[in-house]
Amino acid sequence: MNLTIKQAHQGLIKKEFSALELAKDYLKKIKKIDKEISAFLTVLQKSALSQAKQIDAMIAQGQKIPVLAGIPLAVKDNILVEGERCTTGSKILQNYVAPYDATVVRKLKEQQAVILGKTNMDEFALGSSCGSAAAVAADMAVYALGSDTGGSIRLPAHLGYARPQRCSVFGRAEGVAGRPACFCGVVGLKPTYGAVSRYGLMAMASSLDQIGPITKSVEDAKIVFDVIKGKDEMDSTSVEFKNQESRIKNQELRVGIPKEYFIEGIDKEVEGVIKNAIKKFEELGAKTIEISLPYTKYALACYYLIMPAEVSANLARYDGIRFGYFVNKSDALLDVYLQSREQGFGEEVRRRIMLGTYVLSTGYYEAYYLKAQKVRTLIKQDFAKAFEKVDVILTPVSPTPAVSVNLAGLPAISIPAGPVRDKVSNGAGIQLIGKPFEESVILAAGQVFEKSQNSAAT
Amino acid sequence: MVTKKKVKHIAKLARLGLTEKEIEKFRKELSSILDYFEQLKQLDVTKVEPCSHPFFLENVMREDEAKQEPTDRVDKLIEAAPERKGRYVKVKSIL
Repeated sequence: MNLTIKQAHQGLIKKEFSALELAKDYLKKIKKIDKEISAFLTVLQKSALSQAKQIDAMIAQGQKIPVLAGIPLAVKDNILVEGERCTTGSKILQNYVAPYDATVVRKLKEQQAVILGKTNMDEFALGSSCGSAAAVAADMAVYALGSDTGGSIRLPAHLGYARPQRCSVFGRAEGVAGRPACFCGVVGLKPTYGAVSRYGLMAMASSLDQIGPITKSVEDAKIVFDVIKGKDEMDSTSVEFKNQESRIKNQELRVGIPKEYFIEGIDKEVEGVIKNAIKKFEELGAKTIEISLPYTKYALACYYLIMPAEVSANLARYDGIRFGYFVNKSDALLDVYLQSREQGFGEEVRRRIMLGTYVLSTGYYEAYYLKAQKVRTLIKQDFAKAFEKVDVILTPVSPTPAVSVNLAGLPAISIPAGPVRDKVSNGAGIQLIGKPFEESVILAAGQVFEKSQNSAAT
Repeated sequence: MVTKKKVKHIAKLARLGLTEKEIEKFRKELSSILDYFEQLKQLDVTKVEPCSHPFFLENVMREDEAKQEPTDRVDKLIEAAPERKGRYVKVKSIL
């Protein structure tokens, strides 16, 4: 196996295998190896098999099928699939059943995609899409959906191996080890803020969250993105944008290298991988330009104020009354709130709620939250200025560049770029950041880079 | 420096029950996290506009009319509530 979407689609239409065989193979693999990895929280065997049979019937009738039809995928467990359990990795929603489909899920179902199951994650996505990334990396799904608030799609995809069974340990404060696409040697795309509807995504930090694909190739990321993108009347922040073919040819591509991302504490091997990637882009005809993002050093502090503030507001809805975990030990409403939330939320969630509530409270709002919002403007302006001179920005896939991208709302893709001998990973990736709504540019540049990698490897 | 009293106040605002042990733990942790944010004090941002979303957002309006949802979906939403009476969500008495 280990097929890309494109290869699996070819296999189906050439009748090398049926959709049912494909789904069964993947379900068998999950059963066999997921005990060790714990990428899945829920496996949807029955619905996956019946969906696959429908595709086979369509193929047998000679119907033309969409490229995602019959291709097995995994969905992060903070994205709703109607009628199925959706836990967001939390005790507070351990028995919650989704009453409707997220817009991205509806769009994939319209393409007759086969959903294999829901993937493991840090509670309320405070860590990473590690289950989705591991599912794709270990080939327990052809691709997956994740969500990205501060790098949680891109980071685990780049490491050689995410370990979702230790999510709760790794995910703490988005520590280095909990991060998804880049840690798994797979591709992770975080779209522009507003490019993909968030309807049906359990909100963590509403001004930062985006849903995106985790795939085995850049081409696959493009295929999935083209299906899930676009305006949705259920998400007022989503926008319609023309998916113009990339306006840039590789010979003309101007690649910005931010000097601030290549100082202090960068791993020598990772640095080597990035430098090779820069060289590769130059060989391919791109022009590399050193740029400066002077407010970079404030990005993490800014992120760790804005994110918990939004988390504390979003998680106020878990009150034990309308849904979720409920402690019925007292007749006082306040006690129901206090106890349901005390017992239902894990430690890291409570820490962020406390921090977020603190920085939003009277007397502290201006010194912390408002200040962070102003710093966010400066970080955004850094990128806007840089993008006057360059088309894409190339960075390592590490926490500071990752959160900066979310603060500025930009699209970014992480792509495996080479091996490193690390304790938690066996690969390092590059991140390509684009201008708002220029996914087409980073995807095109990424595809050229990926092709050159593959030809170098063979 | 965050005091114990402050932690209790914040926990109440957040509707979060905490044990005595946790109050002390969060007191220490919040203090050290807030120290980390001190670095932002170096920045003069008096003339900078705050940014709440990455891009300019316009209000989206629609007619103020009830939207007819399929009854089975409404049922599912009600069924998600832990305590119910018929098609009502039950809440502890507040008076």
